[in-house]
Amino acid sequence: MTFINYAAREINCKIVFYGPGLGGKTTNLQYIYDRTNANSKGKLISLATETDRTLFFDFLPLDLGTVRGFRTRFHLYTVPGQVFYDASRKLILKGVDGVVFVADSQRARAESNVESLQNLDKNLKEQGYDLAVVPYVLQFNKRDLPTAMPADEMYQQLNIKGEPTFEAVAPQGVGVFETLKAVAKLVLLELKKK
Amino acid sequence: MASPDLIMYDEEFQLIKEIISRLRVEANAKIVFLVDKNGQQIAANGDLESVDTTSLASLTAGNVAATDGLARLIGEKEFTILFHEGEKDNIHISIVGQRVILVVIFDDRSSLGLVRLRVRKASMELEKVFQDLLKKVELEKSNLASGFESPFAEITDEDIDNLFSE
Repeated sequence: MTFINYAAREINCKIVFYGPGLGGKTTNLQYIYDRTNANSKGKLISLATETDRTLFFDFLPLDLGTVRGFRTRFHLYTVPGQVFYDASRKLILKGVDGVVFVADSQRARAESNVESLQNLDKNLKEQGYDLAVVPYVLQFNKRDLPTAMPADEMYQQLNIKGEPTFEAVAPQGVGVFETLKAVAKLVLLELKKK
Repeated sequence: MASPDLIMYDEEFQLIKEIISRLRVEANAKIVFLVDKNGQQIAANGDLESVDTTSLASLTAGNVAATDGLARLIGEKEFTILFHEGEKDNIHISIVGQRVILVVIFDDRSSLGLVRLRVRKASMELEKVFQDLLKKVELEKSNLASGFESPFAEITDEDIDNLFSE
């Protein structure tokens, strides 16, 4: 749900990073935070456990500049990936404008990816969204690991609708901004249709 | 889509700012702000230098969402008021018209009783403004169908690429 403020000339959009536990959702946000200049970002908030596992969400507000005289603000959220945090994941999807699915490339995590994607589909439906319609980008993270599956094979397993897909190594920033840019673009183009 | 976009126009924005400014004075509060249930800050008034309002907005919405979840688990529709008491500062959170969240931060210069009283009055006024706003958005949408152009209709790929060019 985009918030368009004609009075303040601002557009506010919400993007959610989804995916299986330990797949690198928080690392994506951390990299974006580290590489964005101080004027265009807010605080990175992490509601995490003592062992740095996301408990509720991470949140990063980003100011991307102006489009057609409107300041564009993106609020980036991650969900907790672990299966048993499903109630929290549903809450965070409320009012979402765009979704990034961060898949873990390790073969051992292939099943978790599929399970998480099914969970995303189900939770979006419960909120009244359709994965086939919502602005959506797919990221294959951890491409640098020796156990990474071939990208083609992952694509066959996870592609939903020919969505923009990126290979990434989030701690080094490979593919991180490309992913963000692609989802931001889809979200803004969605505004045209309204 | 699940819920319609929240659109704010100048007229309603001014009204909202007036209401929360008045509430802050009458409730003797430090900060009053209004957040959409999805965590977008709508308006704020008071000593804003001392806090990060964007983070506050997002965490408030998370808090309300989690509490809503709890309410449903035990068979309640929602908890309309949340109150957090600190050593010096307190936060009073209430839901207006099931859609927006009104947050009042106050210290010992005010009291929970006073804040509750003033919040009740301001909530009714805010609810009316949001109802009018929704009607206006609906009207604009029907205008849109009859040829009114959205300012975003002309967004190009280039506009968007420019956002990331720095």
